[in-house]
Amino acid sequence: MQKSLHIIPEKCTGCTQCEIACSMEHEGIFSSSKSRIRVFKFHDEGRFVPYTCTQCAEAWCQRACPTGAIDINARTGAKEVLATACVGCKVCTIACPFGTINYVPDSGKVAKCDLCGGDPACAKACPTGAILFIDAEATGFEKMRAWAAKTDTGASATA
Amino acid sequence: MIGLLKRVFGNNMGQAQEVTDTGSVAADAVYRYVVVGAGPAGVSVVENLRRNDAEGSILLLGDEPEPPYSRMAIPYLLVGKVGETGTHLRQQENHYQALGIQLRNARVTGIDAAARRVALSDGSGVQYEQLCLATGALPIRPPVPGLDQKRVHHCWTLKDARHIIELAHEGANVVLMGAGFIGCIILEALALRGVNLTVVEMGDRMVPRMLDPVAGTLLKHWCQERGVAVHTSTRITRVEPNPGNSEDTLLVDLDNGQQIPAHLVVVAAGVKSNLDYLQDAGLAVDQGILVNEFLRTSDPHIYAVGDVAQGPDFENGDRVVHAIQPTATDHGRIAALNMVGKPTPYRGSMQMNVLDTLGLISVSFGEWDGVPGGDQAVLQDQQGYRYMRLEFDGERLVGAQCVGRTNHVGVIRGLIEGRVALGPWKERLKKNPHLIMDAYLACAQR
Ligand SMILES: Cc1cc2nc3c(=O)[nH]c(=O)nc-3n(C[C@H](O)[C@H](O)[C@H](O)COP(=O)(O)OP(=O)(O)OC[C@H]3O[C@@H](n4cnc5c(N)ncnc54)[C@H](O)[C@@H]3O)c2cc1C
Repeated sequence: MQKSLHIIPEKCTGCTQCEIACSMEHEGIFSSSKSRIRVFKFHDEGRFVPYTCTQCAEAWCQRACPTGAIDINARTGAKEVLATACVGCKVCTIACPFGTINYVPDSGKVAKCDLCGGDPACAKACPTGAILFIDAEATGFEKMRAWAAKTDTGASATA
Repeated sequence: MIGLLKRVFGNNMGQAQEVTDTGSVAADAVYRYVVVGAGPAGVSVVENLRRNDAEGSILLLGDEPEPPYSRMAIPYLLVGKVGETGTHLRQQENHYQALGIQLRNARVTGIDAAARRVALSDGSGVQYEQLCLATGALPIRPPVPGLDQKRVHHCWTLKDARHIIELAHEGANVVLMGAGFIGCIILEALALRGVNLTVVEMGDRMVPRMLDPVAGTLLKHWCQERGVAVHTSTRITRVEPNPGNSEDTLLVDLDNGQQIPAHLVVVAAGVKSNLDYLQDAGLAVDQGILVNEFLRTSDPHIYAVGDVAQGPDFENGDRVVHAIQPTATDHGRIAALNMVGKPTPYRGSMQMNVLDTLGLISVSFGEWDGVPGGDQAVLQDQQGYRYMRLEFDGERLVGAQCVGRTNHVGVIRGLIEGRVALGPWKERLKKNPHLIMDAYLACAQR
């Protein structure tokens, strides 16, 4: 059973532990700006929304990539950037309608959530259970799909 | 001649058939799907065909000698970030074979739509049940005298790239004709090779079809500060031989009277859909091959995708050629679904580009120059090389440009293509256009 990240914004307190954990896991430093999950703060409403790649079925990033540098990890289902093949053209960053694959000037390549190989650091670090790593079926996957269909260049008739 | 048994489709992917050659005219092989052009659009078509039809025989024809590759990756080959194999669209060996896709190096010279047959340059032909044309575009050679000389090159194919790598040595005097989107990408690659670069653009700014005057001028200043000579509103009138100079064998004449000695001239003056082989096909064409919302041409068995297709525009449904990679691969997916009999209308393409000009990154989307009756949000910091302009039509975002921002820019596509109603967020964006991600989360993901 494949798992995916399930985010419950109502439970988020905006502590950004997830960002810190993500940057530590991937870059070896504590820096929110290097995190692949970001917490957006809606201060007027007192609302916090952690946000990252949902490993969507459409894989816009993968489709647009000119060098086949985005691969699906067969075990976790995550769409992963192959650093050796990524040329840093950034076309995926404009093709992904969710804005969750981003260019990293330091490396000259793009980065996105890779589910930490199946044990996401953000979910482990979240003190309030706002980020869960659970069965894909149980997550907001359907909502995601609906959204993808809305944004899609053609209804999600693939499957 | 003795009868010859030829196995035309060498694996068990369904439509394989034995063709007996009686010695007169060789019978054509028949395929369920034939795709012409092995660039990103054609590869996207064949992969999606296989994903949706496990059985049907698929032939992918391409006239370039290399395995299917991506023109987009050429700049990274020029700077040595990847070798030639790094430009290949798929990195796994036997990728096409493993999918039961037959890949053949051949040039299509004509289409007989009534007989459902494509003619190949070696005199043979193949028959199809469904055909998809993905033959891309060709670079335009403007009517400027002297462009037919040695050391004048386009930067369009791997072959062109090899010539440029040979000539663009450190310190070489290089003139680049055109600072459109592709010109600017090449500009960066040439500058990084350490050449002495002069760019000549007839428009009043850089990337005039992607960025407005403010942003295009920012780019120009940025390049000039980094040692690239940029002439805008300037034309090259002639390229002459430069006798007696063995290094700079060319002399480039500008309409302002200047003459620039050059070791290499690179021409990036636009592209046009490649329609050459279609004279007798009877397909409706304009600037490209006209296709409907199913990416079907005027012939019910023929589809067209990518740079060669003139398909629906996202915003207004007009037929447009959007010669960019994302459109090529999106077209490919939709056309394949329709070809296998899963009717799937396409929502239309929009212009979207991201450009890295010596470290200054700019993006533009959709109706970046606005629509009649629309309004806009602008934020600029010219000293800091930052600019952001959003274009609205009522409550919706319809286009955008940003210079100096890369994070989460994809949501601009999400907001536009999702036709998201921005409600109170429109006013917030007008005060601070950088809140695109927040607006997206608040309006689209709730
Ligand atoms: C230097 C450079 C940089 C670029 N950078 C970007 C970028 O950053 N972002 C972006 O979105 N786009 C970029 N592009 C544009 C992008 O590469 C094209 O939009 C894309 O290649 C279109 O794909 P296509 O498959 O439609 O056509 P092509 O890639 O041109 O492929 C068509 C193929 O069909 C073959 N063919 C043509 N006629 C025949 C025939 N009669 N028989 C058989 N085969 C035939 C051609 O030789 C070619 O191999 C760039 C292009 C260049 C040259």
